[in-house]
Amino acid sequence: MGRITFPIGPQHPALKEPESFKITAEGERVVDADVRLGYNHRSIEAACQHRNYVRGQYLCERICGICSHIHCNTFARAVEELLDLEVPMRAKYIRTIVAELERIHSHLLWLGVAGHEVGFDTLFMYVWRDREIVQDLLELISGNRVNYGMATIGGAKMDLTPEIVSKCMEGCKLLLERTEYYKGVATTEGTFLKRVEGVGMLSQQQARELGAVGPTSRASNVPNDIRHDFPYDAYDQIQMEFEPITSDLCDVLGRTIVRVLETEQACRICLDLLPRLPEGDIQVRARPRVPEGETLVRCEAPRGELIYYMRSNGTDKPARVKVRTPSLANWPAALAMLDGAYVADVPITIASIDPCMACTDR
Amino acid sequence: MEPGGELMSLFYILIFPGFAFLVAFGLFADFFDRKLVARLQNRQGPPWYQPLADMIKLLGKEDIITDHADRGIVNLVPLFGLASVAAAFLYVPLWSAEWPFAFTGDLIVILYLLTIPAFVLVLLGWYSPNPFGSLGTGRVITQLFGYEVPFALALLTPAIVAQSWQVTDLLRFQLMDTWFIAVVPVAFFVAVAALVGKLERIPFDTPHAETEIVEGPMTEYTGRKLALLKMMFQTEMVVGSALIAVIFLGGPYFPGLTTALAGTLAGPVVGFVVVLVKTLLMIFLLSLIKALFARLRIEQMVNWCLVWLTIPILLQILIILVLGAV
Repeated sequence: MGRITFPIGPQHPALKEPESFKITAEGERVVDADVRLGYNHRSIEAACQHRNYVRGQYLCERICGICSHIHCNTFARAVEELLDLEVPMRAKYIRTIVAELERIHSHLLWLGVAGHEVGFDTLFMYVWRDREIVQDLLELISGNRVNYGMATIGGAKMDLTPEIVSKCMEGCKLLLERTEYYKGVATTEGTFLKRVEGVGMLSQQQARELGAVGPTSRASNVPNDIRHDFPYDAYDQIQMEFEPITSDLCDVLGRTIVRVLETEQACRICLDLLPRLPEGDIQVRARPRVPEGETLVRCEAPRGELIYYMRSNGTDKPARVKVRTPSLANWPAALAMLDGAYVADVPITIASIDPCMACTDR
Repeated sequence: MEPGGELMSLFYILIFPGFAFLVAFGLFADFFDRKLVARLQNRQGPPWYQPLADMIKLLGKEDIITDHADRGIVNLVPLFGLASVAAAFLYVPLWSAEWPFAFTGDLIVILYLLTIPAFVLVLLGWYSPNPFGSLGTGRVITQLFGYEVPFALALLTPAIVAQSWQVTDLLRFQLMDTWFIAVVPVAFFVAVAALVGKLERIPFDTPHAETEIVEGPMTEYTGRKLALLKMMFQTEMVVGSALIAVIFLGGPYFPGLTTALAGTLAGPVVGFVVVLVKTLLMIFLLSLIKALFARLRIEQMVNWCLVWLTIPILLQILIILVLGAV
């Protein structure tokens, strides 16, 4: 059988962002997969060195559109570590709630895209319609559908009024119902299962060795979740049962189930924290000049573990900001999954790590 | 044939119920399908003139022929596709069993003409330098193995029951007896599922799976050629749906109405309307299937067709033959 090498990307209907894959296939089986990253590189880390911390945070928030808040939040936490600043509890609650709402929006976006990649456009349309619920909540809270700017260095930017709180609770309850429905679809719809079951296998050992993070690794039964293992913001204030959601299926179906269950968990976290918002300020004043030091902060972005390393030199501009995004960590795992896969499964397999090319390239 | 006869034939072939009517109905059927799928997906859907607007837009675009392609073949082949589908439509009786173009064996001719669109895609993908073209061609050929035999057998089953290869005889059988959907329901199911494969619609649209191989064999084609290809798919949907409506759903016959209007001028007119409604019902079924399922991989499609189409239709034919002998 002849070998054919065809490109997926940089421009391809399967990819929402540009990256270049060269797939070598024999008939319908992939024998070799190569990836070239870097099409979205914007030198954000270098740009941070020429900007003060406030402008740097604004810039880092725009590394990604889907997980913007978590970048904003983690940057703020890194600077607060360097400043040795304690953020008020109300601000921590607000940051956590916005982070969980962002997780819901990100996972619902992914579910729709996954449906589209396997030709299940009806699922895509329904999920994105329900995603509008959380987008409206985020717009109500912050004024924006993306790039909310809710975390500042020293706390949260805007407060949650009681009306906003009650609307958020209603929205989360509605999302819980819808998530139940999608759980049913993901586990019982025959043609969908045919496309995701047994596809993109990543064993537990492979997941550990290749350094996979987030739902990609949790679906291979590796129970790593920064929110649970190293709680930050208000995650240690959650009163409900909070365990990392894992699956032992090790395939795309496992990742789908993990993300749907995480959406459900995020709704419950919001419903848990919203009624218990503590009184108090939402910001403390932060000094513009940060004393010398270095710090490393981690968090659980929707796609996995996000790491910010920051080094300060006593001025108001950082000496070095280094961002290790979860998408960057998941690429070796994605390429391992493509080994021996069907050509038809390449788009859904790549999509199953929830790749954010903008995060990867910064 | 009287002097007016040739003119009448030309009118039938080119205007009504031939080419012009088929193209117009194809555009309407495309709108019907897209609007229905959109509403099922909780969307608005396009306005009624969208397919016509798409055609006009495509006809205004530059028609690019790559160096790799053979000019002659690539120019002619889409025309052949559309022409074969239009020719097949001539033999589908639309308003009565007294159809001017009917002859013994026209069912076989329809089946033959309806296989040509697949080969159009194969040739176009072959002459495309794009690797997506060759991947798409491979999938078109593989998909043929899944649906072609069941489709042919499913349409031949009523022919075996009625002891004739002529479509109008099948209509007469349904007028005198019952509709074939009640006589051979398995054949109806197999015919519809195989038609979904033939039309390359979800769940069997892997030959032009947008998220995998862009447009498959049609990737490199634009302008007039792409317009002809889209037209070919739309008219193929009409012809396939009309064929199944005529053979399995009783065609122009409606219980009570047909006998009441027999012999009058209103008879064929009402019959024609009934056929249109039944064809739209079939298209409704196709759109429902499109909205319900995800896309199957090529080997899943062929396996599924073997288990759920080929074997049942063979069993059905066996049952018919045994019952016939008894």
